Amino acid sequence: MSERTVTCDVAIVGGGPAGLGAATELIRLGVERVVVLEREAKAGGIPRHCLHSPFGLREFGRLMRGPAYAECLADTAARAGAEIRLGATVTALEPGGSLAAVDHAGPFRVEARRVLLATGAREASRAARLVTGARPLGIVTTGALQAMVHLKKRKPFERPLVVGSELVSFSALLTCRSAGIRPAAMIEAGPRTVARWPSRLLPLALGVPLLFESRITAIRGTTRVESVDILQGRRQRTIECDGVLFTGAFLPEASLARLGPLAVDRGSGGPSIDQFGRCSDGAYFAAGNLLRPVETAGQCWREGVRAARAIAADLAGELPAEAGVPLAIAGALRYAVPQRIVAAPAERSGRRLQIRVPAAVKGRLTLSAGKRILWSRRIDALPERRILLPLPDATALGDGETFTLTLTPQAETAP
Amino acid sequence: MVVQEYEVAVVGGGVVGCAIAREFALAGARTVLLEKSGDILAGASKANSAILHTGFDAVPGSLEQRLVAESYAIYRSLHERLNLPLLPCGAQLVAWSEEQEAQLPAIVAQAHANGVDDVAIVDAATLRDRVPALSPAARAGVTIPGEALVDPWSAPLAYLTQAVAHGATALFNAQVTGGAFDGAAWSLQTGRGPVKAALVINAAGLYGDWLDRNLLGTAEFTIKPRKGQFVVYDKAARKLLDTILLPVPTARTKGVVVCPTIFGNVLVGPTAEEQESRSDTGTDEATLRRLMAEGERILPDLAALPVTAIYAGIRPATEEKDYRILNRPAQHWITVGGIRSTGLTAALGIARHVLALHGGGFTPPAEITWPEMPNLAEHRPRPYQGEAPGEIVCHCEWVTRNEIEAALSSPLPPCDPAGLKRRTRAMMGRCQGFFCAARVAELTDGRLAFPLCPGGGDE
Repeated sequence: MSERTVTCDVAIVGGGPAGLGAATELIRLGVERVVVLEREAKAGGIPRHCLHSPFGLREFGRLMRGPAYAECLADTAARAGAEIRLGATVTALEPGGSLAAVDHAGPFRVEARRVLLATGAREASRAARLVTGARPLGIVTTGALQAMVHLKKRKPFERPLVVGSELVSFSALLTCRSAGIRPAAMIEAGPRTVARWPSRLLPLALGVPLLFESRITAIRGTTRVESVDILQGRRQRTIECDGVLFTGAFLPEASLARLGPLAVDRGSGGPSIDQFGRCSDGAYFAAGNLLRPVETAGQCWREGVRAARAIAADLAGELPAEAGVPLAIAGALRYAVPQRIVAAPAERSGRRLQIRVPAAVKGRLTLSAGKRILWSRRIDALPERRILLPLPDATALGDGETFTLTLTPQAETAP
Repeated sequence: MVVQEYEVAVVGGGVVGCAIAREFALAGARTVLLEKSGDILAGASKANSAILHTGFDAVPGSLEQRLVAESYAIYRSLHERLNLPLLPCGAQLVAWSEEQEAQLPAIVAQAHANGVDDVAIVDAATLRDRVPALSPAARAGVTIPGEALVDPWSAPLAYLTQAVAHGATALFNAQVTGGAFDGAAWSLQTGRGPVKAALVINAAGLYGDWLDRNLLGTAEFTIKPRKGQFVVYDKAARKLLDTILLPVPTARTKGVVVCPTIFGNVLVGPTAEEQESRSDTGTDEATLRRLMAEGERILPDLAALPVTAIYAGIRPATEEKDYRILNRPAQHWITVGGIRSTGLTAALGIARHVLALHGGGFTPPAEITWPEMPNLAEHRPRPYQGEAPGEIVCHCEWVTRNEIEAALSSPLPPCDPAGLKRRTRAMMGRCQGFFCAARVAELTDGRLAFPLCPGGGDE
C-alpha cells in the first residue's frame, strides 16, 4: 500500500470560521499552497446547522443565516485558491508539522511547513457532566439536535427538558420551535441566564418555563427518557419529559493536540499558545474555539485571520523564535489565553490577554512578575463573558521571572 | 401457534448464555437461545471491566478457579480464528499501606496454588519503572503478567454468531414466563410463543433464581444484585497507563481497578453497591466523583484529563462466592447462576463444563466454521486505516459507514443505539454523538426497533 503525501505550506485542520478565515487570509498574504482538511462532507463548521443566529456582518458586511454564512466562508476560501479537502480526517499530529490523515480513498500523509489547528469546540456530554440517573434514549446536545433537525429533518424527542441558559441554549429553543418540539422547561443552575439579559424574554415568548437555581438530581426512563427530577432551590420536583437537551458547557475539541505532541492547558482545555497563536511545537498554531470555550463565529473568524498573519510572518522568518515565559493563573479564574508571552512589541500580535471566570465574581485582579506587582484593578465579572486585558509586556521581565494573574474575590455577587 | 422444538433451550443472552449456545450448537445439538430483551448483553454482561483474568486470586479448589483457568486457555486458543482481540498487558496489584504490603506474600502464594506461577512480588522502584505515572505513594506490589484485555461485547457476539452459523436459533423478546416438564421435554411459554426443548439451561443471570423458582418451584440461591459504577477517561489517558492496576482486595470486593481498555481508553471502577433492583443501572454524581478521586489518587495525571463516558453494571451475586452450577438430570435442567465479575473470562469454560454435565451425545457438524468479527480494538488495524475505507461517520472512534452498515445487516443486528455502539463504537467516544448522532440517525433509519430519532422533522 503506497501512502499518498500532500505537501503544502500551511495545512489547516478544521474548515469552520477560524480555519476558512485563515485560509483566505494566508492566500491573500501570498502563501502559495494552503490545504484545509475538513472531516465533514461540507465545510463551514458549526454554522452549517445554526439557522437562527446572525452571522457575517464583520466578514461579509451583511447579515445571514448560518448555512449561507458557512457556504460563503467556504466559497471565499476556495475562490481565493485554498484547497479544501472534504471527508478528510486528521488522525494524528506528529512533531514538526507532519499529519496522519484518512479520507474515502484511504490513509495519507500531510507534510506542511506550518499547521493551523482550528478544530473548534463541542458541548460537554451528559457523561462528561456526570449527571445522575438512568441512561435512556433522548439525551442529546444542541449540536446533535441542530444537525438532526436542520440537516437530517429528524427529531430525537417532542418535549425535552432544556439544560443551560447560554447563547446556544436560546438558539436550541429556536431549533425546537422550528421542528415543532415543545420543551417542558428550561433550567439554569445559577440565579440568572448566562447569556445577556434580553435572551430571557425568549422562553417567555415561547411559553417555556425558565427555572433558575435548578439542577437535575436524576434522569428517569427505561427505553426513552420518561421524567427528570430536579432540585429547584430547595424544592424537589419532577418534570415529565421525553428527552434532555444539554446545551452549552463547551469544551475545546483538543483531542488531536492532547494525543499528539502539544501541551494542553488545563484551564482553557485548549492547546497552550503564545500571543502569536503558536503551540508548544512551533510548527503548530491554533485559532478559534479550540483555544478556549467559546466565542461567536465572527470572533473565531477574526482569530483565524490573525493567526494567518502570524503564520505568514513566521514563514518569512519574522517571528521571534523563543518559547516565551509562562503566564499562570491563580484565584477565581477559569483560564487566561495566551498561556505564554514572548518578548515582542505589543502591536506585532494584535492579541490581547483573554480571561474567563468560572462564576460571577467581584474582586481584585493582579498581574505580578515574580514578587513585583505590575498592575492591579477591581473587576466585576460574569461567567461566559469575554474579558480582554492588555497583553503583558515580557520585555520588562527580570531574569527567571514569570507572570501570574490572580483574581482575589472580595465578596459573592448578590443574585 | 406452531411449537418450535429443540434439543436444548438456553435461557439468557448474556456472555454465559452465548457461550453455552455455542458449545451445544458446535456439539451438534439443535439449540435455541431465549433472550427477554431485543439484543444480547442486556443485563449483567453489558458492563464490566473487560479483563481476561488468570484466576490468580480465585479461591483455590473452587469451581470458579478451575473454570476461569480453563476458559483462559480456551480463549487464547480460539480468539484468532474469530478475529477477537487479546492484549496481554499484565496487571500490577499495588499496596499503599504497610498492612496491605503485609498481605502480598499470601496473594502470591494463592496465585501459585492456583497454578499461576509467574505471579511475583515487585518493589516500588520496579512498579514505577513499569508505570511511571503511578503515584509515588505506592509501596510495593504484585505483578500478574498473564492478565489481559479483551473486547467484552464482540466476544459474546462472536460466540452466538458462531452458534447461529451452526444452526442455533436466537429468539429475542422471548422472556420465559412459564413452562412444564413432561418427563421427557420442557414446554416453555415465551414472549415469542411456545418452545419445546429436551433440556433447559438457565443462564438467566440477574433473573436466574426467579426462573428456577418459577419453573422448578425451588431455587438453590437468591440473587443479590450488586451495582458497579465506572468512569471512562479520554483516550489521552492511555499514554499514562499500559497495564492494569489492581488494589489489594478485601473480603467483599476486588476493589477499584484502574485499567486500560482494548479500545484505547482508561477506566476506573467498579463500585460495589448492594441494591434491590435487578435493572437499575443508574449512575450518581457523588459516587462517580469519589471514583474519580480514587483514580486520581492512584494515577495523579488523570486529573487533567476529560471524562468520556460513565456507566454501571449489575453483578448477579448470590449468598456464596463460588459459581452456582447445578445439574438436575431428572428434570432435564441445568442452572448456571451466580456468575459475577469473572463471567466474561470463564464463559467458554463454563460452557464446556455444562456440556460435560449433560453428557453430550449429539452428532457434531462435519465442519466447524469460524465467523470473523469486525475488529474494534485500537492496537490492531481498524477499517478506517485500510484502503478505501469510505465515509468516516464517527470522528472520535473513527467508525466507517461500512462498519455501521455491516452491523445492521449482520446475523445478530442491534435493536437500539446502545447495541450499535457495542458493535461498532459509533457515538461511544468523547463527544458522545455531538458530531455524528444526526448522521447515525440517518443511516439507521428504520433499522432499529428503538431509534435515535423517533420523529421526522416538521420544518
